[in-house]
Amino acid sequence: MEEKEPVIIIRDVHKAFGKNVVLDGFNLTVYRGENVAVLGKSGSGKSVLIKCIIGLLEPDSGYIEVLGQDVSRLSHVEMDQLRAKVGFLFQSNALYDSMTVRENLEFPLRRHWIDVTVEQQNAMVMEVLESVGLPHTVDMLPVELSGGMRKRIALARTLILKPEIILYDEPTTGLDPITGLEITHLIKSIQHARQASSILISHDLKLARIAADRIAMLIDGKCRQEGAYEALIAGADPQVLAFFA
Amino acid sequence: MTKVPGQKPLLEETGELSVFAARFFREAFRSPFEVQEFLHQCYLIGYKSLSLVGLTAFIMGLVLTMQLRPNLVYYGVESQLPAMVGIAIIREIGPVITALIFAGKIGSSIGAELGSMRVTEQIDAMEVSGTNPYKYLVVTRVLAATLMMPLLATIADAISLYGSYLGVNLYEVLSWKLFITQVFNYLDYEDVVPAFIKCFFFGFAVGIVGCYKGYYSSKGTEGVGRSANSAVVLASILIFVIDLLSVQVAELIW
Repeated sequence: MEEKEPVIIIRDVHKAFGKNVVLDGFNLTVYRGENVAVLGKSGSGKSVLIKCIIGLLEPDSGYIEVLGQDVSRLSHVEMDQLRAKVGFLFQSNALYDSMTVRENLEFPLRRHWIDVTVEQQNAMVMEVLESVGLPHTVDMLPVELSGGMRKRIALARTLILKPEIILYDEPTTGLDPITGLEITHLIKSIQHARQASSILISHDLKLARIAADRIAMLIDGKCRQEGAYEALIAGADPQVLAFFA
Repeated sequence: MTKVPGQKPLLEETGELSVFAARFFREAFRSPFEVQEFLHQCYLIGYKSLSLVGLTAFIMGLVLTMQLRPNLVYYGVESQLPAMVGIAIIREIGPVITALIFAGKIGSSIGAELGSMRVTEQIDAMEVSGTNPYKYLVVTRVLAATLMMPLLATIADAISLYGSYLGVNLYEVLSWKLFITQVFNYLDYEDVVPAFIKCFFFGFAVGIVGCYKGYYSSKGTEGVGRSANSAVVLASILIFVIDLLSVQVAELIW
């Protein structure tokens, strides 16, 4: 039987802000090609968790390994090299307001792939825009786009470096149900098309059910339970079941 | 005493600002250099401030002349008006007023821009994109503000003197050549050089305070407004402190 290759290993991670303990011994392993949703209430520390994975926040203690590298031991240069392989979709999209869609997409390209020519850059920008269905927005500013379009452009920026891992921070929050469902299916199709591994941070059950292969429940700073959607709702843990009620 | 939310104690704020400024000197001389962004900021901070600085400088020169003239006439020394106005503008009023206008326009805009980038996670996104946000956002803006401020002050001085020339000519006929000769007859290096040098410090203060306030902005849109506002207030205070210190230092040297 083929052994699954872990791409993210999180072991006993603790993080507190003053007296507010957010992560209290969190454990999770994500395997190659797998989508894992981390579900939890607002303020439960989901976003803190993925910011620790990408090195935007430093855990107080614990071990995080991404693509075989211990995140806490990486130099700035090594961290930048790792970040080129890890895409991050921000909850607020984080598109640069002063730049056009093209410039937003070119920004990570220019930073990580210095040798790429202008023609190659253009081709990559158009390819990734077509993959999210918005090639006509290339010269528009983010303020000219709707919420759903901005989310797609942010997703395109996440995909442009062809990451091996994608971290989605609340990808459907703030979107109407139809647009949210479109984004959910887009995330699922990206997993199939690119064989990328993902962590989806959300409290959207529909997203977790459709796009995730496995769900981890973040309750009281710990991974309370993990498994397939059906297995979780069939379980007996009242705190987990309360989330699905 | 009631603590204002989001407001830090004075010593803590001073310490954090000093650490933030020290980081500027570490990062500014280390590659990679963000030349394109720096030039873009020079255009925004320098060229885009020119009309506002020019207008205020012109009015300042004109009004100063009109206000001074009656007293000089009273003492019978109105012929000294160009020299007096020239010294006042070049030594003190030109640099300080320009710096205050600069703080109001550039300090607040940097504070608001970086603050809004912070709360909408654009600074985090930049870091994830393999860019050092401090270098890209802070170093370029502070450097541009430091270099543009003396240029703006020099242009403001020239426009202000022209305003003063028109002010003199409202009451009597005086040629531009005679006016400017009278101004420069009374000006020395010790008037021009310290005034020019302190403009670099004014520009640095405005840039670093605006960046500091914006970079560490929090608490959503309310925090952005507070960052912009406190950037102007703190930069304005620093301008007067630097002005006071520069006068003392200039007196020691000359």
